[in-house]
Amino acid sequence: MNSPEIERLIQLLAKLPGLGPRSARRVALHLMKKRDGLLTPLAEALGAAAEAVRTCSVCGNLDTRDPCHVCTDPRRDQSTLCVVEEVGDLWALERTNSFKGLYHVLGGTLSALEGIGPDDLSIAALVNRARRPEVSEVILALNATVEGQTTAHYVTDRLTECDVTVSRLAHGVPVGGELDYLDEGTLTAALRARRPF
Amino acid sequence: MVPEDAAPRPLDRLAVTRLTLSQFRCYESARLHLDARPVVLTGPNGAGKTNLLEAVSFLAPGRGLRRARLSEVERLGAPAGQGWAVAAQVTTPFGEVDIGTGRDAAAGERSERRLVRIDGRPVRGQVALAEHVAVVWLTPQMDRLFSEGASGRRRFLDRLVFGFDPAHAGRLARYELALRERARLLREGSRDDAWLAGLEAEMAATGVAVAAARRELIERLQAAIDQAVGPFPQAEIAVSGTLEDGLGEEPALAVEEGLRRRLAERRRQDGEAGGAGVGPHRSDLLVRHRGKAMPAELCSTGEQKALLVSIVLANARLMTAERGSPPLLLLDEVAAHLDEARRLALFAELLDLGAQAWMTGTDRATFAELDGAATAFRVEDAHVVHT
Ligand SMILES: Nc1ncnc2c1ncn2[C@@H]1O[C@H](COP(=O)(O)OP(=O)(O)OP(=O)(O)O)[C@@H](O)[C@H]1O
Ligand SMILES: [Mg+2]
Ligand SMILES: [Zn+2]
Repeated sequence: MNSPEIERLIQLLAKLPGLGPRSARRVALHLMKKRDGLLTPLAEALGAAAEAVRTCSVCGNLDTRDPCHVCTDPRRDQSTLCVVEEVGDLWALERTNSFKGLYHVLGGTLSALEGIGPDDLSIAALVNRARRPEVSEVILALNATVEGQTTAHYVTDRLTECDVTVSRLAHGVPVGGELDYLDEGTLTAALRARRPF
Repeated sequence: MVPEDAAPRPLDRLAVTRLTLSQFRCYESARLHLDARPVVLTGPNGAGKTNLLEAVSFLAPGRGLRRARLSEVERLGAPAGQGWAVAAQVTTPFGEVDIGTGRDAAAGERSERRLVRIDGRPVRGQVALAEHVAVVWLTPQMDRLFSEGASGRRRFLDRLVFGFDPAHAGRLARYELALRERARLLREGSRDDAWLAGLEAEMAATGVAVAAARRELIERLQAAIDQAVGPFPQAEIAVSGTLEDGLGEEPALAVEEGLRRRLAERRRQDGEAGGAGVGPHRSDLLVRHRGKAMPAELCSTGEQKALLVSIVLANARLMTAERGSPPLLLLDEVAAHLDEARRLALFAELLDLGAQAWMTGTDRATFAELDGAATAFRVEDAHVVHT
């Protein structure tokens, strides 16, 4: 039996996506073997991140600044909002370098079976942002899953009270596919060919 | 002269060439090596024959031939956390593929999550299996297919459609998810019109696609049945349901809009009764015995079985013509219920099709005519021996 410190390290590592108990043990061993080269710098990086990371109060992005670097970038087009499910989707779209507007992270999708309703998502905040006069277009970049499309439908309905055109990604997005898994070319094409909802 | 290597290579038929089971039903582990020929499994009651067919049925999307819960399939007494698994090497008209599937035991003792790997890579969702493997089965339980409720007949029909249109499995899954989401909202008394309308739009769009795929198959399958000769009775088949009937009269968009409207009108009723009162999840496959001008449910047990066999064979011929291969056929105890003429006709037809048909029986003599033309195994007390 390992010491409590090591056991705790393994337990926490096992909570990382893609790591099970067995691979967590392997990673822990690897880290402990490379104490100076990896474990200590990693611990410091984790500490610094824990200290500095904020959720952007405007769009929901994760950054060390609030508002985040996207929201505060003066070159970004203030008239277009791109709505995504998760921060990972925002990052995936940023990697394509083809979208110049601002984002809005919903924080998930509607799912009655999982008990996630409109109040659990940042939909009210989105409607408030879309009401501002400088905003003229909202692009829904939600996944092509049942939940994603239902949420898109719902958000569109809520946005009818705002003076914006609502469009969605063209179907370059595969059924059941998650944005984060798409390559950059496919995402760029889907953005360019967006169409009215 | 055409050089030899330029000659068109005949397309490979769909066949399992290696099947490995672990912690599956009565099998702690088992491995079968096969070629493309039919497979004959004989042995006493309780030996593990149907379990092998069930393992093959998990190579397609769905809950398998017994519609069991995944945790039920796990061998009683299997070490905790291991989970049952079926792995297969499969030859298809599009090439070889390795399929692995099983219960995700790491997600918990009770987890009903099915893991799927294709060529070693995990895929999300089991519907991807339909891209590679089509499986159709006949089991003794299906002797009552025509006299019981519509759900069994609908599942039978949908499984036939998967073989031609792999996306059908995904659309059905989407439809059912939207249906369950809506039912949950209604049960909780939600009056959120926009949310419900979003789900109903999804149900209408996928529902129409499901109904259209069923109608199309029925039409082509009837044509294939009409061409059949031999001792099996000809069936007259039809699919009936609000959407399927509507598609015969109106354009698809109008049918979609119609379902959307009806669902919106029925929210209160559906909330009280649960589920949804209209939609393709209530459709039915109607079958008649042409020669006797009689609905299938009024035919004798043997006649009903023969009707089913005739539909399955016509489907296999149609798939061979359109997709290059018949589906895998799992025929549990089929031979025993047919008279001699029909049994021999069945064997001849299966060999002619080149279908890998998996057949079970207690008596090896039933399959004497297949000696040399099939891979035969003796199954006894959860052990499989090549004979
Ligand atoms: N989860 C399980 N764990 C262990 N054994 C199981 C499990 N589920 C079923 N069995 C057993 O597997 C055995 C073989 O069942 P199977 O249905 O394959 O028999 P069979 O050879 O088809 O017999 P029959 O000729 O009667 O149809 C049965 O004795 C059954 O009790
Ligand atoms: Mg059996
Ligand atoms: Zn921001």
